[in-house]
Amino acid sequence: MSTLQAKELTKSYGGRTVVDDISFTAQAGRVTGFLGPNGAGKSTSMRMMVGLTKPNSGGVTISGCTFRDLPNPGRQVGVMLDASAQHAGRSGREILTLAQQMMGLPARRVAETLAKVGLSEANADRRVGGYSLGMRQRLGIAVALIGSPSVLILDEPANGLDPAGIRWMRDLLREFADRGGTVLLSSHLLHEIEVIADDIVMIRNGRIVSQGSKTELLRAAGTTVRARDMGALERALRESGLVTSRSADGALDVDADPTVVGGVAMESGLALTELRTTDGGLEDIFLELTASSPRGGEAA
Amino acid sequence: MTTIERAPVREQGPVQEVSLARVSRVELRKMFDTRSGFWLMASIVIAALVSTVATILFAPDADLTYYTFAKAIGFPMTVILPIIAILSITGEWTQRSGLTTFTLVPHRNRVILAKVIASVFVGVAAMLLALVVGVAGNLVGTAITGTELVWDVSVAHFLLIVLGSLVCLLTGTTLGILFRSSSVALVAYFVFSLVLPTLWGFLTASQDRFLDWQPWLDSNYTQAPLFDGSITGDQWAHVAVTTTIWLLIPALIGLGLVTKSEVK
Repeated sequence: MSTLQAKELTKSYGGRTVVDDISFTAQAGRVTGFLGPNGAGKSTSMRMMVGLTKPNSGGVTISGCTFRDLPNPGRQVGVMLDASAQHAGRSGREILTLAQQMMGLPARRVAETLAKVGLSEANADRRVGGYSLGMRQRLGIAVALIGSPSVLILDEPANGLDPAGIRWMRDLLREFADRGGTVLLSSHLLHEIEVIADDIVMIRNGRIVSQGSKTELLRAAGTTVRARDMGALERALRESGLVTSRSADGALDVDADPTVVGGVAMESGLALTELRTTDGGLEDIFLELTASSPRGGEAA
Repeated sequence: MTTIERAPVREQGPVQEVSLARVSRVELRKMFDTRSGFWLMASIVIAALVSTVATILFAPDADLTYYTFAKAIGFPMTVILPIIAILSITGEWTQRSGLTTFTLVPHRNRVILAKVIASVFVGVAAMLLALVVGVAGNLVGTAITGTELVWDVSVAHFLLIVLGSLVCLLTGTTLGILFRSSSVALVAYFVFSLVLPTLWGFLTASQDRFLDWQPWLDSNYTQAPLFDGSITGDQWAHVAVTTTIWLLIPALIGLGLVTKSEVK
C-alpha cells in the first residue's frame, strides 16, 4: 500500500528556516494528523510534498516515488491545499470537469463525485466566487477524490465547515483510511486532530516536537484515577514510585499509564471507581509543546 | 452522502502519463470557460464584424479591396490575441488556480507548452475567421458600391500575416511567463506595443545612428513587412533577430523563473 514518507525536509527563506529537518511516515490505513500552531510550517511542508515548493534539502516520496515522477499524480494522490485557490468565474462543476479531463477519467465521475461530497446540482452550476468557504472545501475535496487516489494530502480541510460538515469530513476520511488509504491532514485546531487522527505529528517553528500514535501521546498525558479509599490509593501509588497530585474535583492525577495505575491498585487490593486517561491530555501536551513558540497562536 | 464506496483503496496499476495533447485540450477549454474568457473570445468575432462593416461604410470606394478588409480586421486581432495569450498564462497565478494545475501536472514546462499550443490554435482559428469575414465583406461591400472585386492578398501574403499575428500573440505569452501577474503583464504589453514605437520615432528623428539600430532592435518596425507581405532577405534576418531578443530570450528566462518559483 501507499505510504508517504518525508525525509529530512528543510526549507529556508533568506536565512530564516521555516521547515527544519522534518522526517515522518504517514502509513496506509491510518489518518496522520499534522498539528501545529499557525505559521509552524505545515503549509510549506505540504507544498513541498506535492512539488509546488522546492525544499533546500531532503524530500518526500510516495510509495518510493517523488511526486514529480508520478505519471498521473491526480490518480495517485488527492491534494487540497487551499480551497479558495480557484478561478472565481468558473462553476464548481467546471472546475471538477477540468480535473476529470486532466486525469483522463470518464465524464460520469463528475456527477458521482459531486454527489459524494454533497454539492447539489444547483450549487455545482453556480460560480465558485459566490461559494461559502464550506462549499469550497467540499469542492476541493471533490477535486482531491475524483481520481480515486490511494493517498490524500489535505491542508486544513475542516476550515469553514459547520459541525455537521466536520462530522461528514471525519466519517469520509475515516472510511477512506479503513479501506486502506493513506491520509495526511493538517490543522491548527487540536480537537479536530484529536477526534480523527490515528497518528500525530506535532510541529512548532518548523521542527517536529512530538510524533507517534494518538494512544501513545495520550498515554504520556497521564491517568486520572479514583478509588473508594483515596488515601490508601495515594499511598500505594507513591510507594510504587509514581508521582501523583490531587485534581480540583478530588481525583488523583498520576504521571503514568492507566495499565500501570490499575496494576498497582489491584496489587494493593483497592477497588477503583474510575480509571481513565487524563482529560484534555492532548491539549495539555499541545499547549506545553507549543507554549514557548515566539509566534505561537498568532495568525500566519 | 449518497454513495459509500466499500471497495478497498488500492494503488492504481500502470497509470498512463498525462499527455501533452490532453493538457493542451484542457488548457484550450480553460480559455473559454469563464465569462471573461468567453467574452474575450467573442470579442474576436465581434471586432472582425465591426471592422468589416466600418470598412464598407467609411473606406473610399476605390480602396475597397480585399487587402483593405484584411488590414481592418487584422488590427484588432493583433491587440486581442496577445491579451488572450497573457491571461491564459497569468490566470494560474493571479487567480491561484495554478495550485491545482501544477499539482495535477507537476511538470510546469509541459503546462506552459500546452498553453502555447492552445493559444496558437486560437490564433490560427481567429485568422481563418478573419479570412472568411474579409471575403464576405469584400463580396458584400463591392456589391453595394458596384465597384470591381479586387483580390489583392495572395496565399503567401496571408500566411505572412498569420505569422506576424502569431508573433504578436506569442509576445503576450512571453510577457505572461515573465511577469506571472495579469495586471503587470497587460501593462507591459501596452508599453511594448504602444509606447516603444513612439519612443523609436523620437529616437530615430533625433539621431541618425538610431536609424541603423532600428532594424535590429525595434520589433514593431521589423514585423511591419510581414503584414505588408513585402518582406525580403535582409528583413527576414531583422525579424529573426528582434524576435530572438524580444521573444525567445525573455521566454526562456521566464520559463526558468516559472520552474523555480514557488506556487502559493
